[in-house]
Amino acid sequence: MYDPSHEHDACGMGFVAHLRGERSARVMRDALTLLGNLEHRSALGADANTSDGSGVLLQIPHAFLRSVCTQAGLALPEAGQYGVGMCFLPRSTATQRAAEAEVGQLAHLHGCRVLGWRDVPVDVAHIGDVARRTLPAIRQVFIAPAALELDQSDASAFERTLFAIRRRFEKSRVAGRRSAPSYIASLSSRTIVYKGLVRSSVLGAFYPDLTDPLVTTALALVHSRFSTNTFPTWSRAHPYRFLCHNGEINTLKGNLKWMEVREPRMESPRLPNVHDLFPLIAAGQSDSASIDNALELLVHGGRSLAHAMLMLIPEAWEGDTAMSADRRAFFAYHSALMEPWDGPAAVAFTDGRHIGAMLDRNGLRPGRYVVTNDDFVVLASEAGALPVAPARVRAKGRLRPGTILMVNTTQGRLVDGDELKDELAALHPYQRWLTEQRVLLQVDEGRGAEAHPLSLAARQRAFGYTSEDFDVVLAPMALTGEEPIGSMGNDTPVAALSTRARPLFAYFRQLFAQVTNPAIDPIREQLVMSLGVILGPRLNLLETSADHARVIRLDQPVLTPATFGALLQQRRLPVAPLSAVFRADGGAAAFRSALQALCTAAEASVRAGAQLLVIDDTPVDESWAALPSLLAVSAVHHHLIRARVRADASIIVRSDEAREVSQIALLLGYGASAVYPSLALESIGAADVPAPPHTARSDAAHAPTPVDLYVKAVGKGLLKIMSKMGISTLQSYCGAQVFEAVGLSRELIDRHFTGTSSPLGGVGLDAIAEDAVRRHAGAFASGTTSRLPSGGDYSYRWDGETHAWNPATIAALQHAVRSGSNATYQDFSRAADDATRGGATIRGLLELVETAPAIPMDDVEPAASIVRRFVTGAMSFGSLSREAHETLAVAMNGLGGRSNTGEGGEEAARFGTERNSAIKQVASGRFGVTTEYLVNAHELQIKIAQGAKPGEGGQLPGHKVDEAIACTRHSTPGVTLISPPPHHDIYSIEDLAQLIFDLRSVNARAKISVKLVAESGVGTVAVGVAKAHADLITISGDSGGTGASPLSSIKHAGVPWEMGLAEAQQALLLNGLRASVRLQVDGQLKTGRDVVIGALLGADEFGFATAPLIAAGCVMMRKCHLNTCPVGIATQDPQLRAKFAGKPEHIVNYLFFVAEEVRSILSRLGARSLDEIIGRTELLRQRADLGGRAATFDLSPLLHVPAEGNDIARRRASSAKESRIPAADLELLEIVRPALEGGERVMVARAIRNVDRTMGASIAGEIARRHGDAGLPDDRITLRFEGSAGQSFGAFATRGLTLELTGEANDYVGKGLSGGRIVVRPPKGVTFLPHETVIVGNTALYGATAGEAFFGGVAGERFAVRNSGATAVVEGVGDHGCEYMTGGVVVVLGRTGRNFAAGMSGGLAFVLDSSRDFARRCNSALVELAALAEASDLALVKRLVERHAKLTGSARARHVLSHWDESARDFVRVAPVEYLKALRATDAPKASTAGGQHA
Amino acid sequence: MRDPRAFVTIQRATPRRQSAETRAQHWREFYEPLSSQALAEQGSRCMDCGVPFCHGDTGCPVHNVIPEWNALVSRGDWHAALASLHATNNFPELTGRLCPAPCESACVLGLIEQPVSIRAIEQAIVDRGFEEGWIAPQPPLRETGHRVAIIGSGPAGLAAAQQLRRHGHAVTVFEQADRIGGLLRYGIPSFKLEKSVLDRRLNQMEQEGVVLQAGARVDVATLQREFDAVVVAIGAEAPRDLAVPGRELSGIVLAMEFLAQQNHRDAGDVVAPSRSVDARGKHVVIIGGGDTGSDCGGTCIRQGALSVRQFELLPQPPAERDETTPWPLWPMQLRTSHAHDEGVAREWCVSTIAFTGSDGRVTHLCGIRVSPLSRDGRFSVSPVPGSEFEIPADLILLAMGFTGPRRDGVLADSGVGLTATGCVQTDARHQTSIPGVFAAGDARRGASLIVWAIREGRDAARAVDEFLRTSTGPRRQSARTSRAHGTSGLPDAQPRALV
Repeated sequence: MYDPSHEHDACGMGFVAHLRGERSARVMRDALTLLGNLEHRSALGADANTSDGSGVLLQIPHAFLRSVCTQAGLALPEAGQYGVGMCFLPRSTATQRAAEAEVGQLAHLHGCRVLGWRDVPVDVAHIGDVARRTLPAIRQVFIAPAALELDQSDASAFERTLFAIRRRFEKSRVAGRRSAPSYIASLSSRTIVYKGLVRSSVLGAFYPDLTDPLVTTALALVHSRFSTNTFPTWSRAHPYRFLCHNGEINTLKGNLKWMEVREPRMESPRLPNVHDLFPLIAAGQSDSASIDNALELLVHGGRSLAHAMLMLIPEAWEGDTAMSADRRAFFAYHSALMEPWDGPAAVAFTDGRHIGAMLDRNGLRPGRYVVTNDDFVVLASEAGALPVAPARVRAKGRLRPGTILMVNTTQGRLVDGDELKDELAALHPYQRWLTEQRVLLQVDEGRGAEAHPLSLAARQRAFGYTSEDFDVVLAPMALTGEEPIGSMGNDTPVAALSTRARPLFAYFRQLFAQVTNPAIDPIREQLVMSLGVILGPRLNLLETSADHARVIRLDQPVLTPATFGALLQQRRLPVAPLSAVFRADGGAAAFRSALQALCTAAEASVRAGAQLLVIDDTPVDESWAALPSLLAVSAVHHHLIRARVRADASIIVRSDEAREVSQIALLLGYGASAVYPSLALESIGAADVPAPPHTARSDAAHAPTPVDLYVKAVGKGLLKIMSKMGISTLQSYCGAQVFEAVGLSRELIDRHFTGTSSPLGGVGLDAIAEDAVRRHAGAFASGTTSRLPSGGDYSYRWDGETHAWNPATIAALQHAVRSGSNATYQDFSRAADDATRGGATIRGLLELVETAPAIPMDDVEPAASIVRRFVTGAMSFGSLSREAHETLAVAMNGLGGRSNTGEGGEEAARFGTERNSAIKQVASGRFGVTTEYLVNAHELQIKIAQGAKPGEGGQLPGHKVDEAIACTRHSTPGVTLISPPPHHDIYSIEDLAQLIFDLRSVNARAKISVKLVAESGVGTVAVGVAKAHADLITISGDSGGTGASPLSSIKHAGVPWEMGLAEAQQALLLNGLRASVRLQVDGQLKTGRDVVIGALLGADEFGFATAPLIAAGCVMMRKCHLNTCPVGIATQDPQLRAKFAGKPEHIVNYLFFVAEEVRSILSRLGARSLDEIIGRTELLRQRADLGGRAATFDLSPLLHVPAEGNDIARRRASSAKESRIPAADLELLEIVRPALEGGERVMVARAIRNVDRTMGASIAGEIARRHGDAGLPDDRITLRFEGSAGQSFGAFATRGLTLELTGEANDYVGKGLSGGRIVVRPPKGVTFLPHETVIVGNTALYGATAGEAFFGGVAGERFAVRNSGATAVVEGVGDHGCEYMTGGVVVVLGRTGRNFAAGMSGGLAFVLDSSRDFARRCNSALVELAALAEASDLALVKRLVERHAKLTGSARARHVLSHWDESARDFVRVAPVEYLKALRATDAPKASTAGGQHA
Repeated sequence: MRDPRAFVTIQRATPRRQSAETRAQHWREFYEPLSSQALAEQGSRCMDCGVPFCHGDTGCPVHNVIPEWNALVSRGDWHAALASLHATNNFPELTGRLCPAPCESACVLGLIEQPVSIRAIEQAIVDRGFEEGWIAPQPPLRETGHRVAIIGSGPAGLAAAQQLRRHGHAVTVFEQADRIGGLLRYGIPSFKLEKSVLDRRLNQMEQEGVVLQAGARVDVATLQREFDAVVVAIGAEAPRDLAVPGRELSGIVLAMEFLAQQNHRDAGDVVAPSRSVDARGKHVVIIGGGDTGSDCGGTCIRQGALSVRQFELLPQPPAERDETTPWPLWPMQLRTSHAHDEGVAREWCVSTIAFTGSDGRVTHLCGIRVSPLSRDGRFSVSPVPGSEFEIPADLILLAMGFTGPRRDGVLADSGVGLTATGCVQTDARHQTSIPGVFAAGDARRGASLIVWAIREGRDAARAVDEFLRTSTGPRRQSARTSRAHGTSGLPDAQPRALV
């Protein structure tokens, strides 16, 4: 299952440069120091000395090279007259010589000659075993033009020649002898890259060259890598030739595809014979290497470094109304040339002359810089990575979302993004080109759909409509403009195993971001999102011309009769209609030939000049049936790519089949640019949809129609699907194929869905054809009633889809646990296993192999020990009633398993009692995550994703937030709570490592677990998680339950746990990490058979959620999201809660039944314990009795055991290392112990560096353990620091703990603050202006619940995100300040970034808006802005500013106070509307005292 | 949109019966229908369950999509509700009146509150459909040329007939009695089912092209020669008798005979005085505590009996569901029918020992009290010594259920194999031991509910249709060509409402 191509990386990076380009050895030295201080952001593999790689890019050290070459008898020409290639060659002499010979030939071919080779000295003492085993021969090649003189008129021509030589060398290596890898890290006359599988702190020691005093450079780019693979390769270390990258390119698949598509059209006089270099982006590379290739292509093609970067990673310009017209035109023009390479990205880049860095539009990676008085600039992932004395600092700053920063060496200064962009925008008359060339559509809104010869009802039947499609999907969309919501999990079969003819769409699952890249919140962070699409040909990427602007731009991809008609009518882009239908009586043969004919016709049309292809599945009648629209689109898309004409036309689909959001997303993901869901629109139009309530008659004319609302809902749904993969723009999503398939044959996938993962095989084209024929025949059969079938996909229906939870299984389970009758449980278990085997699940296709003789039951470990491996699912108090939540906890504590709080905190009264949940979840919302909560856990679970809605946030509607829940979650009763899609402190793998470190620091006794959801690639993520030192990894299946999720997520995201578990198990084995972690599996586990199969596939532990709820009385109403659960489980309605009849013993009975069943299977297998069978896939095989479609599956990938797994434990070893307590913390703890135990005050003063992370958390944990959240008296413990603090400074600080820092801090300051105090102030005597200078990094005070913080400077992005009770004063904040805040008070004495207060539903913010333009940067969806009118507000703000002045010595605060009357007028109060209403309702004076604990 | 909390705020309501005094004066149905508004409210109590137990195997045997039409009724879309109801149930007017409604005992709302008034809503939907004229004949679009014979015109036979006809087969229903309807016609008192309700449905079927032939004596072999398939749906009418001394006395009558006679009278037929059985002025004892007994009781009251007593061998069940039959199972609990309000007195744990009489006519019943025994899970009773009694009784009605299909009529010498319990044996596809001969309803599964008969008829029809479609073709091409019908293409659905 494990595919190493899924490897991800992330890391730390930075550069050191001299502003005026003066070379020095100092730059080199500083760069290596900086690199060493980023080591904690990288990872070590299975062997402690092999890191994931590090490297440095510098200017060619000519003096040094000439000196060493001369000694070796090799004469080098003048600087710039030769190029140096840094080569990783095979170690075997013969293959090495061959590779070198090839370099020579290619050089010759390009008019150059090889001057000679040099062995690069290395000191292998500094690298680990793995690195040593794979160490290449590292040699430098020197190449010069054959002619003596370089063409001085084109200084870059030689660089391009070297590029061509390298690229052709790479191509020949790929095409030829794969067994002898050769790699050219760099080949340039300007720069050279030293990198490898070397720990960042010893790179200089490994490459003695780097520390030679003769090595001088004016700039050095460094990078330290964290890979999800423990066997990373030398070549995958950064930097690449132009850049190094921290983050991930989410849209990589699409970008690569479109680059390939554009290749046939590429021409450039600067790159003669460019076609010889194709593919321009080598296959099998990492995302970073790929974008590096794209960058070098654009640069060699003639664009400047900055220009090229802005094409690749444009800022979010679409929705930015404040942007200048010229700049908009620049981005709009280039959007037709290149779709964004989208993803969390901090990139530093250089061509050897210029150096710069940028962040993508989301700005999710940190980047901090310093400019010194002596003209150096240092940029790094962390402040303080290269210590700079405060006196040397001229200016400080941070990279901001969508901004670019360049060092201009001629002017000796840093140039900011605005200046650069304005310069670039003036290069060409982009605005004029856009206006003149743009193809405008004449949209006649009154235009209806063309009449179809068949009746509406007949077409609905022909396309498999069900009444559920109306009631559950279309109606809610057409009524509300929102995606339909559902609850509980998916218990229907995978499409290939369904007995019904499922649409092809149903075979595909959405991919989603987890850990290695963050999902986006498309609602709260709408400003970065775009649904815009461009229709028309893709012209020569290497050229800039007016013609490139001749395209059609659509705001969104869903077409209506009006827009579709207009597209057909425009005359500038020739249109070719293509029918996607086949003769129904011709069966599979006709189906195949129609598909082939469609592809051929598409190609012919394009060759004949068509630029818009309209694939149309609507011409259906009794004789003609539709091809599945997805197949038609993807087949044409891939056919045109193979024919090398895909760039010349866009694909539009008119489909009577597509109606759901996920279906439209699939069409776009597989190559369509726009979709006209004709039958869905017509059905909505024909239905009798009432006007939304509360619409006054006079407004009716302006009210959106049901069709408008449907289109809006689809748009919102598309944004959600894109954003769960972390993709911001639809343009990058189109054709990106961010899906995987379950149950489709490799042949079908390879031909028509090329590049999609479908590891288990499955049905082919014939079965798809058969379904199409069957559906068509059913629709036109005699005796058909006019009524549509029910469907039964969402609710159980007798004649609909089968559901594992049905009246029979639910009743049997409930009867069994209440009566205690094992016989009745057997009825249940038989029914459930029969359903499983009948096709409901992948595990149903497996059977046990009894290889050993059976043993007596008495010899098998007791049920009481088996149930200790059982846990219940994460279900929050809030989604569940208190009664249900506590019943689960009592049951699990009783039997020695563990229950899970879910994301919603836990009432403090439960801590330490039998009602305490052993597992405390830490999810993105951090609701109720106080220090006391954390220290009361036996396991801390970081929820990355949830099976029912991976990649999405959650929402607890206000009507479910009663007093108790609000109190537990530190929010306001009646106010809706939003959990963000990502953890705002986990945007990549090194961030996860940091959070694990944080949690470990605060509660070293708890195991740390990470919950992932099965998808292809989860194995590599699991490896990364293991490398981040988690103790336990949960793999959730796609079928997991939920209190509320979009239906498309419940149904169409993630894959069955069997696949995810097998992949994780194999990846961990392969990487030698299996023994260090426990694996847990969950997702509709029901019976002993399920548990045993889970164990055989590698699970140590097992999670149950739905089944225990059913044991406790749940009847699968699927109404959790409505708060109307009639059995009192998923509701907060007191009347309904009273109906709860579940007892802990019901759950205990159930789990013991399961455990006994496990025992009986173990005895049959001859195993004495579960431990004996974990990972033993040889005890499983694919059932021999499978027939029909089930037989097309090939489950061998599930059962595969990597060779590495043969001699090692395939489960967690009992000898595995236990939790690690940071040593530095132990020392501090000793010092403060008197204060913890007695009444003494303790003060500690220390220096601090960026490598000192999570300072204070272990003390906070100890305070909470002893005193709970009440903590200690104020200022009992004071820690004073000087310097640059590492990440998570002051995290989880409790009452009585004060941290004061003079200097600066990195990201996550005051994360989870629980009552403590944090003060950060600039050093005395600085020359920069503190209120304009960043002092703390991103995501400060994330999830803070109480306490106060004073920052004498500017904070980064997402200041006080999800704050629910802390009070903070800061002098400026980045984008998304106070996002999702639900309580507390924030005072900002300066400028804010964009999107302030997005999703803020509680608390108050006061912003000093001296320039009176704050409203523009505030997201006012939930908040209202007002002047400071009330005396209580004025007093509050003044008091806080006074404290700020006192604690930080802020000049800004003193100024505000000294001009208080004017300043008071400049303050704006930001208050959530719902919150104010709730406060008024309860009449609580909370607003004015929220921050008043210290007053 | 519906109020998702309606099930909490609205109480269950069902149609009220006329007072016992009033209804005992006539032979018509006596429920007072709920208003449309009230029904819509009742429909809104439906919780639209993710797993609707009313609809699955625990609930409605014909798999009525109850949540769907509850929703439609709650928003006033009666027309669509009717379509949804008819999609699974040919004769909701029968189940709406006569079904004991296992759907309601399986209703999830029943866990915490009174269940949804499903049966009342069902009846209201279909009655409204007839009133509004929405229930029109649905002749098939094309004729297949296949011919199917159905023996028996009870609910199973009729359901099979209507389904097969709509598939385009030529269907003839053969009924031994003088009118079509089987038990519906003569076994159910008209105060529970007015026969006009049956007639309007038969009328629809005839207009669809089903040939209904009453007074027909047929045999399987002959029919097999004439038809491509035969469906045996003769019910389970062999009565369970009581072999005790005095059984031969006159005045001891089988319940079905008694009920049939009254139905004939209600239909205007003249009953020969010599055969007439009338409870007027008599002390009646009904033996058997089930629904048939209760039907007899209501009939006796209306005929003017002096007293009516109903004896049941089994003990009185609990008043409420107990743990032996947990939700969603059909609960063992006391059910009080209309007849008991009207004056039928029930006695439990009574066993009849003998009848005595004079002049060949019964005058007394001798009985004994029994006590229940439960041994090895098997239920039995033992007499209570000394509890013998004798009461005056001049009309005894035997309503102790049925033992299976009659073996003396159609089945005699037919060659159709039977099960150990005497029912017609079939495979899973309803086919009997004779290929091409199918069975459905009580004849196949033993005496059961009307709703099961309908389900059986529909299942058998599906099996027959498949049999015909996969067989080589019509054995006999029908002389007449396909019935002409209107335009080609498919019938149009009404646009759906989206609430």
